Amino acid sequence: MNIKTLKVWIVDDEPGMCLGAKRAIDKWKETFQDLDTEAIYKVETMESGESFLERLKEDSPNILLLDGRLPGIDGMEVLEKLKDSNQSIVTIMITAYATLDKAVQATKLGAYDFLAKPFTPEELRYALRKASRNVILTEQAKKFEEEKRKVRFNFISVLAHELKSPIGAIEGYINLMKMKQLGENIAAYETMLHRMSQRLYGMRKLIGDLLDLTRIESGSSKRDLKEIKIKPLVEQVMDGYKEEAISRNISLSLICDNEIKMIADSSEIEMLLNNFISNGIKYNKDNGSLKVEVYREKNAIKFIFSDTGIGMTEEEQQKLFKEFSRIKNEKTRNIPGSGLGLSIVEKIVKLYNGKIAVKSIPDEGTTFTVELEDKTI
Amino acid sequence: MQPKHTILLVDDDDDFLLQHKIYLSNAGYNVITASSRKEAEDIVKQHKIDCALIDLMMEEADSGFILAYHLKKDNPSLPVIIITSVTGETGIEFKKNGKEHDKWIKADVILSKPVRFEQIEKEIKRLIG
Repeated sequence: MNIKTLKVWIVDDEPGMCLGAKRAIDKWKETFQDLDTEAIYKVETMESGESFLERLKEDSPNILLLDGRLPGIDGMEVLEKLKDSNQSIVTIMITAYATLDKAVQATKLGAYDFLAKPFTPEELRYALRKASRNVILTEQAKKFEEEKRKVRFNFISVLAHELKSPIGAIEGYINLMKMKQLGENIAAYETMLHRMSQRLYGMRKLIGDLLDLTRIESGSSKRDLKEIKIKPLVEQVMDGYKEEAISRNISLSLICDNEIKMIADSSEIEMLLNNFISNGIKYNKDNGSLKVEVYREKNAIKFIFSDTGIGMTEEEQQKLFKEFSRIKNEKTRNIPGSGLGLSIVEKIVKLYNGKIAVKSIPDEGTTFTVELEDKTI
Repeated sequence: MQPKHTILLVDDDDDFLLQHKIYLSNAGYNVITASSRKEAEDIVKQHKIDCALIDLMMEEADSGFILAYHLKKDNPSLPVIIITSVTGETGIEFKKNGKEHDKWIKADVILSKPVRFEQIEKEIKRLIG
């Protein structure tokens, strides 16, 4: 529960009014369960618009109780001055001379609410509760915007860093070639050319993964949810990796009943399968195996991907789903990847109200278990 | 003939290591490369190093700093050059100025990527000849 002090200023030329109102709300506490906030009220009173504006030079209230009729500068003028000053103060007009005209005028000048004199302490607290919600919600919205901005900045910073690396590498090779550091014979530069292609491929993959990620995040592309048969989809994805698997003598196997169906967007499921099968081969050992199993459980489809690969330590498992997170150790040095695969997967799993579990033993292998909710039986 | 100086290059980017090994070898230095703090510390135990070039390695944010610190501690006269790509994106400035920095950044020079080969060569020459 957040505790927040709300400053309430009362501007009224009737001292009795000020005193009565202050007594009703000073040090009063109100809990707003749904906003997870407890508000404590601190009251200050002023007898004129002038003294209010003076005081405003040093501090400002969250909520203002403003009398419409004041000697000197009247309530409406004060409202005008507040409007120009661009402060976010929630104003409740308290007035004994309420007319529709005055109400419309005050509203146009930014007044939030009205309280007709005479009012009971209960009526006062009621109006204050409404105003408080406005104050608290506005503040929460501002904080949320700040957070969002920070997160986006972080993400963009890391992305810029991730792209700088391959660009720097390619630049370096080009400069070495310009300097003819390995001599006049183009054949000597074969490794450099190969490395440049690799880094370019990596950048392309990164950008592609990024687009996938933001597309899912923003929910901008329409989801094409329909009943799909799982087995043909898995077989199709596994087929795409057959060549790579054969070249390293990694055996691929699939256990999946012909009849398993689910309501899903096939491109999302394909993305998910691609990531796990790709990882299951990339991080595997030569002559190893990757087993894919699909089962229907009561309200879900369960996918199990088990490989005999290099595995991960507990510590490495912790970092798995973070964006751009790549496990860097002796064994993974030459394995390419954008670091976004599992973050994308995580977002897809969330779309299906699902969960992911990982079990891994270094040097022995890793098993990922993914459950996606599907209520059609 | 003067014996070659040995440079230790530490960076988790293999291309960075390969490129600088080619350039600095051609410039007359003996070059040993390492991709991690641990690898670097093992190498230093077995070889005499005349100058170390360390990347800050953002994956484990403090690897570069810790390595520089250890190297200087074991051999205060070893010139250490830190190279970082941190500046610019994050807005964190690493400038070797001010007493505060001197206290905990154990490096003789701090350079920001991208650095030209010629500039690295210049700094190394300045530090060890």
